[in-house]
Amino acid sequence: MSLIDVRDLERTFVVRRKVDGGRRRVRDEVRAVHDLTFAIEPGEMVGYIGPNGAGKSTTIKMLTGILVPTGGHLRVAGLDPSRDRVALARRIGVVFGQRTTLWWDLPLRDSFELLQKMYRIPPARFRANLERFVELLDLRDQLDTPVRQLSLGQRMRGDITAALLHDPEILYLDEPTIGLDVVSKGRLREFLRALNAERGTTLVLTTHDLQDIEALCDRVLVIDHGTAVFDGPLPALQAQGGSTRTLVVDLVDEAPAIEVPGAVVRRVEGPRQWLSFPAEASAAPIVAAVAASYDVADLSIQEPDIEEVIRDLYSRGGV
Amino acid sequence: MLYVAIATRAFRRYSTYRAATIAGIFTNSVFGVIYSYAYLALWDENPTAGGYDATDAVTYVWLGQALLMTIALWGGGTTDDLAERIRTGDVAIDLYRPVGLVGWYLASDLGRAAYHFLTRGIGPTVIGLVVFDIRLPAGPAAAAGFAVSLVLAVVVSFTIRFLVASSAFWLLDQSGVKVMSGAFAIFFSGMMLPLVLFPGWLGTLANALPWASYIQVPADIWLGKHTGGDLLAALGFQVFWIVVLLGCCHAVLRAATRKVVVQGG
Repeated sequence: MSLIDVRDLERTFVVRRKVDGGRRRVRDEVRAVHDLTFAIEPGEMVGYIGPNGAGKSTTIKMLTGILVPTGGHLRVAGLDPSRDRVALARRIGVVFGQRTTLWWDLPLRDSFELLQKMYRIPPARFRANLERFVELLDLRDQLDTPVRQLSLGQRMRGDITAALLHDPEILYLDEPTIGLDVVSKGRLREFLRALNAERGTTLVLTTHDLQDIEALCDRVLVIDHGTAVFDGPLPALQAQGGSTRTLVVDLVDEAPAIEVPGAVVRRVEGPRQWLSFPAEASAAPIVAAVAASYDVADLSIQEPDIEEVIRDLYSRGGV
Repeated sequence: MLYVAIATRAFRRYSTYRAATIAGIFTNSVFGVIYSYAYLALWDENPTAGGYDATDAVTYVWLGQALLMTIALWGGGTTDDLAERIRTGDVAIDLYRPVGLVGWYLASDLGRAAYHFLTRGIGPTVIGLVVFDIRLPAGPAAAAGFAVSLVLAVVVSFTIRFLVASSAFWLLDQSGVKVMSGAFAIFFSGMMLPLVLFPGWLGTLANALPWASYIQVPADIWLGKHTGGDLLAALGFQVFWIVVLLGCCHAVLRAATRKVVVQGG
């Protein structure tokens, strides 16, 4: 059985609104999630993406057991999340980019020690885990600082440590890099990759930052209007919908638009030109053709812009 | 053990606000002096009012000042953290934890109460002892009874504050309920006026309500008004309200969790 098993999952909300200036109340049913089916195996790193209001957090809340589905089948680690919420809590870790699980007025170390007691982590394991995460996440100098005095990046790393001390099988990350600078983002992604490689922790990541997905996830699940519109590996997503790659050519001298078979010039800016060609085509013949007819100073190839692909996917309402 | 660890952290957390503690001790002492003179004037008119003599009355004033923050009479304490977490939605994180909210916040509040007892409790009492003629516990039984009663008072007060904070699950904000509950607490705890002075049915009612556990019960034990079986009955009264109110806390929390879990939010 899969670690996360979701079949025909459904969640509707009842919204009451007043009409006729408040005299009558109408009952509307909103389907936040419907016909959602997917399975996640141990050790996968899955990006769960979709626009605001697509049903991402509703799904995560159901997966973690703090929201009861109104229909369908749902098992996480063999448990029914909403019924076995406390038992499941010992096996999962949750990190919210915009909320903290740490105690605001206490030094970081105290929060970790409280979590040790709460999750009944054996002392030896606790010390080993703490040592390792503090080292990897570079938190040693912050251990005795009250959480309220930490920077956003430090707090985030503290939250990730807090979520991992009890060796969860699944780690849910909700916008983990939001508000972080480029260096911190990079370090965090590196850490999560290492965690997955070393411990086989399954990662489910919701994010608006597609670089997170590119850096971390082998698999992407795109949700829109409450249901999955794409489920597959990232390259397949990039190949969706006639996406193109771009060859950026720096010529030695300015020249009129380059003419080579198989590629079209999109933009010219001084000696630099942007040529686009189908993502599935090989770049080699195009590069050769350009080099044969022009004096080329430099060349580079840009992969399809995943953000564009996804925007395209949303606007078409599925594949 | 988890709950001891929680209480220790809460104690440490409150101890970081030193200036607030000192200002608080000062305020309690000033009010203690004012109330003492008011009570002395009152007992000068009627030297046996409510079965207290003037020394009992002044002792009662300083006990009230010492208990005020220890039990967090008009709200505050760690239940305010809970209300805030409900308002912001952070309480959802608490639901991810494999531990109950009531026990968690109670342990935390006991840690806070221990800190407030050692500072805002003992501090003003020392001032009272120096400035006025204050009665000490009648004997070891009264002293031990008072200690137990004090802890019970904190727990009763906690359960009521927990219920007030839980109102935020439905009202989003606890402040209205908190103000109302605080007014009841000041009046019915005997903070403003000892319940022994309340006449007829009002006195009977006030002595039966949970707020009597806040100040009147521990103070009467200190003053030696309850001895022997009577002392046990007074403690039993507090325990009764703890059982009832803790039951309410769990029921309300279950309903609130159900609301959050079922309705989302």
